[in-house]
Amino acid sequence: MIKAILIFNNHGKPRLIRFYQYFAEDMQQQIIRETFHLVSKRDDNVCNFLEGEVFHPIFSLIGGSDYKLIYRHYATLYFVFCVDSSESELGILDLIQVFVETLDKCFENVCELDLIFHMDKVHYILQEVVMGGMVLETNMNEIVAQVELQNRMEKSEGGLSAAPARAVSAVKNMNLPEIPRNINIGDINIKVPSLSPF
Amino acid sequence: MLLQRKDIRTVKHPVWLPAVTSEVLTVEERTGIGEWNYRAAEGKTMSPESDAAWKRRRSERGTDTIMTPSVRLQEMIRVIRSARTQCEERGIIQRECADIRAQFRQGDNGERSHSLAKLLYVHMLGYPAHFGQMECVRLIASTRYSEKRIGYLGAMMLLDEKQDASLLITNSIKNDLSHSSQFVQSLALCTLACMGSAEMCRDLAPEIERLLRASNSYIKKKATLCAVHIIRKVPELGELFTPSARSLLCEKNHGVLHGAIVLITELCERNPDTLGQFRKAVPELVQIMKGLVTSSYSPEHNVAGISDPFLQVRILRLLRILGHKNDTASDAMNDLLAQVATNTDSSKTAGSAVLYETVLTIMDINSESGLRVLAVNILGRFLLNNDRNIRYISMTSLQKIVQTDHNAVQRHRGTIVDCLKDQDSSVKRRALELSLALVSAVNIRSMMKELLIFLSTCPPELRSHTASGIFNAAERYSPSKRWHIDTILHVLTTAGGDVRDETVPNLIQLITTASELHCYTVHKLYRALVKDISQQSLVQVACWCIGEYGDMLLKGECEEITPVQVTEDDVLDALKTVLQSHMSSPATRGFALTATMKLSTRITENVDRIRSIVSIYGSCIDLELQQRAVEYNALFKKYDHMRAAVLERMPVMDKNSPGHTNGDTFAETIKEPDLPKSAEEGFPSEPASQVYDLLGLLGATDTPLQPSPAPICTPPTSTSSADILDLLGELELTSVPKSTVTVYEKNGVSLKLQCDKQTETDVTVTLIASNSSQSDITNFTLQAAVPKSVQLQMKAPSGNVIPAQGLGEVTQTVLLNNPNKVSLKMRVRMSYSNQGTMFQDTVQIDSFPSTAWNCQPSISPL
Repeated sequence: MIKAILIFNNHGKPRLIRFYQYFAEDMQQQIIRETFHLVSKRDDNVCNFLEGEVFHPIFSLIGGSDYKLIYRHYATLYFVFCVDSSESELGILDLIQVFVETLDKCFENVCELDLIFHMDKVHYILQEVVMGGMVLETNMNEIVAQVELQNRMEKSEGGLSAAPARAVSAVKNMNLPEIPRNINIGDINIKVPSLSPF
Repeated sequence: MLLQRKDIRTVKHPVWLPAVTSEVLTVEERTGIGEWNYRAAEGKTMSPESDAAWKRRRSERGTDTIMTPSVRLQEMIRVIRSARTQCEERGIIQRECADIRAQFRQGDNGERSHSLAKLLYVHMLGYPAHFGQMECVRLIASTRYSEKRIGYLGAMMLLDEKQDASLLITNSIKNDLSHSSQFVQSLALCTLACMGSAEMCRDLAPEIERLLRASNSYIKKKATLCAVHIIRKVPELGELFTPSARSLLCEKNHGVLHGAIVLITELCERNPDTLGQFRKAVPELVQIMKGLVTSSYSPEHNVAGISDPFLQVRILRLLRILGHKNDTASDAMNDLLAQVATNTDSSKTAGSAVLYETVLTIMDINSESGLRVLAVNILGRFLLNNDRNIRYISMTSLQKIVQTDHNAVQRHRGTIVDCLKDQDSSVKRRALELSLALVSAVNIRSMMKELLIFLSTCPPELRSHTASGIFNAAERYSPSKRWHIDTILHVLTTAGGDVRDETVPNLIQLITTASELHCYTVHKLYRALVKDISQQSLVQVACWCIGEYGDMLLKGECEEITPVQVTEDDVLDALKTVLQSHMSSPATRGFALTATMKLSTRITENVDRIRSIVSIYGSCIDLELQQRAVEYNALFKKYDHMRAAVLERMPVMDKNSPGHTNGDTFAETIKEPDLPKSAEEGFPSEPASQVYDLLGLLGATDTPLQPSPAPICTPPTSTSSADILDLLGELELTSVPKSTVTVYEKNGVSLKLQCDKQTETDVTVTLIASNSSQSDITNFTLQAAVPKSVQLQMKAPSGNVIPAQGLGEVTQTVLLNNPNKVSLKMRVRMSYSNQGTMFQDTVQIDSFPSTAWNCQPSISPL
């Protein structure tokens, strides 16, 4: 079983945390810190498994030496899976790869900032890969398709109630210097009323 | 397929420029995590990207059309990231949290889901977020998908199954499980599988069972995993799912099939009856597996040229359980395993994963011998692989089969030992475990050499484990005692700080039994002590030996080792250094003080110096040390006549006394040594028992527990000083002789013996000494020794002075307990002084006739 999935960057700043066993908040943070400490001091050319040192706090936190950290380091990010002995080590290694590639497909050339600003979306993608600490789906196309369907559903439902908020944010997010380039007369006609308050 | 690209770890990362944003933690460039390698190949230098630039890039590309941006969340993240200091960040988050709370209080205004998303981000950063729990419950009950979605996510992140709030969502989950939208159903399933408590699971199990038979494979695969969670929580619900699990095997969808295999594995592991039932499904599983192996390329499931390795691995694991100790099932899968083992391409991780599972399955079931050879060969090939992951995996699996196929693993010993020198600590750890398992009587010398080298270079976290592994191996296979002692001493000198507590008594025990090596050992230890006094355990053993065998050290003759010429002052200096060193632990000081004291009977000139050293510690701040010093002082002053006897050399210790294990379990070391026994055997108590001893001392007046130890057995390193006090304190006449047999007659001193059998095993022996000479006999002491299996307890003697001309006598009662009913033998040594001359004599009483009363012992003088 997968106990926890942690993503943090090269400085130990968490980018995604998902525990499949309950830990209090401070404990979670401690686990992240300890994991980062263990993983970050390893060279890039060593193996991707880190085993329990019986006395190391992280393994006693998570539940003994039966646990392993399996991780991959991509550019600025560490993807760490904490698993027990019932998981295949190499399998999890492949799973991390599948997850990252799925992220890459969903975000089109994913980078750390995507993970930061779309934290909720990353969680939704992860939910289609791992469920309750067990591997759910490894077929990337299937994962991407389901996530897209869900996002579409959320969007369509936004409907009228969400429209004003979307309009405001659209304006706010507009990159003013670029507007002239993209301008299009039809657009202006439509958007003028909503711009008037500014 | 991206996986077919070169592995990420072999690719050099692009050159980073330093971060411009103030957040210390930002180098988050826009480097795609997924496209690491061709970027590097193009040699592009990544310029750091500001948040705004990233945003622009994203909107240009239109990614956000797929990923609907949650604008409020992103705004907050941007603000938090703009914080220049930790303190500023905290301030911002406090403000944001206040806003979020306010939003929650306002109730439904369409903003709630955004607020919860913000809260989850704050939670990830480690700030308290429990106040959002109720909001999750409310959002889950909402009718809108977007709110439900974030609500369920929040529940999984913030709620604990033990909390009341989680009970509140049971009903929502139940409703959502029958929702018309598969995505709402899926949210409920996901949440249940993640945090469903036993109670929830019981309530919802029938719903899940219903969903297992759904037509929608998306729901079905989630339901299977949910069922697994339910069985883990409530094992007796397993039967409910067994029939549907069986029928799921006909499924074509890989996701569902994968879930079904996990479910069946779980069921089989929990219930042997179910296991038997599913053995019948082996042919089906073999068929599925065959389909995967022989199937033509399908882009859907292909990973690095292997068709769905995840599913293959799961099936192989299930086969392992089904075929374990079952011939029929094993026969059914033999061919398949052979096929997988020979045809799988192991050049990529995915292939290796499958091969590795195949090997483990082959080794675990009743497979053909040819197949087993093939399996071990595959592992051997893995071991030579350049990829450390594969090497690590192969050692993990060799570890699993080392018990059953020892010789097969032994063939790879050289490679494994080489892995000890690997720079990767995970590989090292595996190699260490395996090397320890491979030590045997044949290769002990060469293996130990490697292990000792490893010990001196290994990372600190492995040192303790290595040391205890070496001790265990040495104990099992040591070719000679000297080698054994040398090995342990070597470990103590290299890693003395990392050995377990029981190492010291174990080594001391070993040294006492190797009587021919006493001289060698004491010389060696003295040298080690002079060189280094920082390794506590080594210093303790050294002190103990110097105390015990100080006379041999001073004699300066030794055959086994070039003796060092040391003077009494040298030895005392060394001990004093230990006593005064700030590096010494209280226990070590105790050892040193006792050793100093013991030397007082083994040296001739410097007794006064010892006296002064001991008296200094009479006011030591450490209670234990002070107590010892005070007692030793008393021994010098009040009981000087007994000093020689009290400080006698230790008898050989019994291996089976408590605490004498190299113990892998901690329970054993924590266990308090049984005091009466340890006192009798003079087992040097560990610091852990100090308190116990002190308590014993304080309670000695009213506990019958406290034995009066034989003077011969006074623990030399004893922390159980209580015994000494007892010994000195209870000077009273304990018994009156009835009939006597004379066993010794010399210099006017005669010793009579009377034995009295009380039960089958207990014998009371009374020794009565009288003096017919013209002068008083002073400093009279008796010591007794019996065979190992007999327990001996000496009561306090009635005195130590025998008046002249038969005007009085000294009696001493000895209780013998002979549980094994061996033939009794006893040696009695007496020492006394007559007009200033010391005499010492030993007699041996060879047989106590079985007719107990007034027995006539046969005596042989020594």
